[in-house]
Amino acid sequence: MSRLKDLQKNLFGGTTSNARQFGMIFTLVAIVVLFQILTDGLTLRSDNLIALFQQNSYILILAIGMLMVIVAGHIDLSVGSVAAFAGILVAKSMTEWDLPWPAAIVFGLAIGAIIGAWQGFWVAYIGVPAFIVTLAGMLLFRGGNQYIGNANTIPVPEGFREIGSGFLPEFGPNTGYNNGTLLLGLVAALAVVWRELQARKTRRAMDADPAPMWVSILRMAVMVGVIAFAALRFASGRVGTSFPISGLILVVLVIAYSFYTRNTAGGRHIYAVGGNSRAAELSGVKLKRVNFFVMMNMSVLASLAGMIFVARSAASGPQDGNGWELDAIAAVFIGGAAVAGGIGTISGSIVGGLVMAVLNNGLQLMGVGTDRVQIIKGLVLLLAVAIDVYNKSQGRFSIVGSLMRPFRREDSVPPASPPDAEREPAKAAVSG
Amino acid sequence: MSDVPTLLEMRSITKEFPGVKALSDVNLVVRAGEIHAICGENGAGKSTLMKVLSGVYPHGTYDGKIVYQGSESKFSDIRASEKAGIVIIHQELALIPGMSIAENIFLGNEPRKRGAIDWKAANRMALDLMARVGLEEDPDTLIKDIGVGKQQLVEIAKAFAKDVKLLILDEPTAALNEADSRHLLDLLRGFRSRGVTSIIISHKLNEIEAIADQITILRDGRTVETLDVKADGVDEDRIVRGMVGRELSSRFPDHTPKIGEVFFEVRNWNVRHPISADRQVCKNESFVVRRGEIVGFAGLMGAGRTELAMSVFGRSYGVYESGTIIKDGKEIVLKSVADAIDHGLAYVSEDRKAIGLNLLDDIKSSTVAAKLSKISHRGVLSEVEEYQAAEAYRKELRTKAPTVDENVGKLSGGNQQKVVLAKWMFTDPDLLILDEPTRGIDVGAKYEIYGIIQRLAEQGKGVVVISSELPELIGLCDRIYTVFEGAITGEIARADATPETLMKQMTSTKKMLTR
Repeated sequence: MSRLKDLQKNLFGGTTSNARQFGMIFTLVAIVVLFQILTDGLTLRSDNLIALFQQNSYILILAIGMLMVIVAGHIDLSVGSVAAFAGILVAKSMTEWDLPWPAAIVFGLAIGAIIGAWQGFWVAYIGVPAFIVTLAGMLLFRGGNQYIGNANTIPVPEGFREIGSGFLPEFGPNTGYNNGTLLLGLVAALAVVWRELQARKTRRAMDADPAPMWVSILRMAVMVGVIAFAALRFASGRVGTSFPISGLILVVLVIAYSFYTRNTAGGRHIYAVGGNSRAAELSGVKLKRVNFFVMMNMSVLASLAGMIFVARSAASGPQDGNGWELDAIAAVFIGGAAVAGGIGTISGSIVGGLVMAVLNNGLQLMGVGTDRVQIIKGLVLLLAVAIDVYNKSQGRFSIVGSLMRPFRREDSVPPASPPDAEREPAKAAVSG
Repeated sequence: MSDVPTLLEMRSITKEFPGVKALSDVNLVVRAGEIHAICGENGAGKSTLMKVLSGVYPHGTYDGKIVYQGSESKFSDIRASEKAGIVIIHQELALIPGMSIAENIFLGNEPRKRGAIDWKAANRMALDLMARVGLEEDPDTLIKDIGVGKQQLVEIAKAFAKDVKLLILDEPTAALNEADSRHLLDLLRGFRSRGVTSIIISHKLNEIEAIADQITILRDGRTVETLDVKADGVDEDRIVRGMVGRELSSRFPDHTPKIGEVFFEVRNWNVRHPISADRQVCKNESFVVRRGEIVGFAGLMGAGRTELAMSVFGRSYGVYESGTIIKDGKEIVLKSVADAIDHGLAYVSEDRKAIGLNLLDDIKSSTVAAKLSKISHRGVLSEVEEYQAAEAYRKELRTKAPTVDENVGKLSGGNQQKVVLAKWMFTDPDLLILDEPTRGIDVGAKYEIYGIIQRLAEQGKGVVVISSELPELIGLCDRIYTVFEGAITGEIARADATPETLMKQMTSTKKMLTR
């Protein structure tokens, strides 16, 4: 019994956060299992997993930027159009101006930065609400895409397509698997173990007892198991396929931005601005700079997402990126961000995006038409946020929601029972 | 006195909030057709009493009895009290700027004809009401296009539209200029002659002396006395004595000041209002702070103390016009809050919930929020150092919270204030500016906060305390500046500071120096 309690308390973090984290991850696992059964095992097949990642990597990349925009208290409706605008320019730069593809990627990111600076300027320095600025941007850059491309489709060369449809290369001895993917899995597994040990060390430095060793081992075992399973699946697909390059880009971005948002002053400032902008300003946060940065960053990520999409579909077209903003925003909110800003995590948004992606994919595998898929996705979004809001109004901490103030919680589980001897005298002294 | 009928009697009203007794055994008797003033310091319980009367705190949430027009009243909400003819006009006007005068007057009370609003009747009635309050405007004029004085009149007209019998005005002249104030007071006299009873809450004692028939004085949530202005020959000094007369000893921890050199100086500070550029909020203000000294700033609400503090703190308020800041003998220019923090200034704001804290945050990230660089190494925040810093301050300041992972939004006012203090102590400031550091905090926590302030001074830091509670300033500060209408009007040493001298300086522009 006490072991079960230990497990409950420690498996997913602290006493209050376990319910939240558990709820989110549980939802994802439940959906995967559900579709695995409903589709007779199609969901977790290698080719489907690979397709799932390739089809959704750009939405998840957008969700990273969107999370930061929403945490800062804004919204960005223009990401789909910005993606399409950058996509067509990059395609044109390679086919018509003969830019080599690596230079074209840099060019694309630069376009994103310029567009982001434009939108950030209006939001941060003029004070136009981001909703309006990006609504304008949505029209502006959609029109720009069609104007530049003459509403036509422009193909992109072979090398460039790698970032959207490429895979980790084959090398080394023939193991029957893709060695690159196996290696990646190994690195990920080692990272998980290292993180867990680091977390234990941090906890000890905070004069708090780390979780019992067996809980840590169990947690590591589960994570390593999941990673091993995924690595084997990705490594054993059709010959020539493995873990997609676009997935790799996503993983790198998730790690980098998670680190940025929770372990640097810049990241903290975004939460501070969203939580209480006036208080943040009076604490020395440069409000305008933060707002400018989140808007600009969003457009850079949008142009990256646009390039990946163009590379995957081998051409840039006038309807690229239609409706992406809504998918990205939905992912962020399902992942527990607060509409008013100040709350949300990268990891939550990724899980939120994956919930939507698996749902989409599973329903399609079952042959459900796009009409009904949309209806179901709409209801899921509404329900997820409604449960969150309801829980908050009941004074409970949101389950789906304000989840995982990143892994920060995991590292700093509050002591299960603070020594009472220390609290009592403080009380006595106050009343005296 | 007995020949005039009593309109309202509030008998032994007691109102408790968790941990604070806001009103205890308060009595108020208002005679029909008089102007009755309620006086008291900030926090004496005036507003709470009026909220009890108007049903904001409904019957059952307080103890005591309200007898109105001869029978006991049990108001369940504001609508119920308004129906009985009691209308309260708050300091912050409740008008909708984008709507016309007529629309505002009849908001929620629209004259109807067959379900639709009868605008013809509304405009006619509005003109009639506006004539009664002496407001000459087109009823279609938008509220945002008329001045504060006229807006105040619209509020009163709105009260008449509800058939008011007892008009309550909370600080009606606080935002008005002299001419508008005089007009308003004349209006009240006119109402009195037509039999309307008014209750007026005001800090401007000269106005009260001029207009009120009776004055009830509250202090610390109790009735001190009710004075009859004519019979008792009441003047301002008499009112002040009633408002502030209280034992000061034992409310403050022991402290021996160790005052050093002047290290911080503001010279000829001029700042304009951020929106209306013709309003000057800081008028050529100069002050000095010595090491180890606690310097008080006394003034009425709206005197411009917060504006002065915030404009010095990295120009976080208003439009800087001129003036210099000298620290440790060198002129410094603070163009942003970050500059101010880097130069060792800290500002603890008066409204910790609105602008002092991010209520979504936990204690540990709030503690380090103003100086993240102190726990960063090559740009990476150290969670361990963050935890250790927060934990150290939690213990030192005795913040009552189970752990530093607790959300600051869940803490009590006193403990939130300790977190804010910790946040600014963490920045290692040389000068701390504390704006109303004990507002909304119960007595026990106040004592602790005073102790923290004194310890900071003993460490050689300069501390500036802005407070509306005179006993607090007198008990805590080594020297007190008085501020009136954006100008420093006096500088009073601790030995000479009495509530009476301060109050006098806080309400007039005459300079008095007792150094």
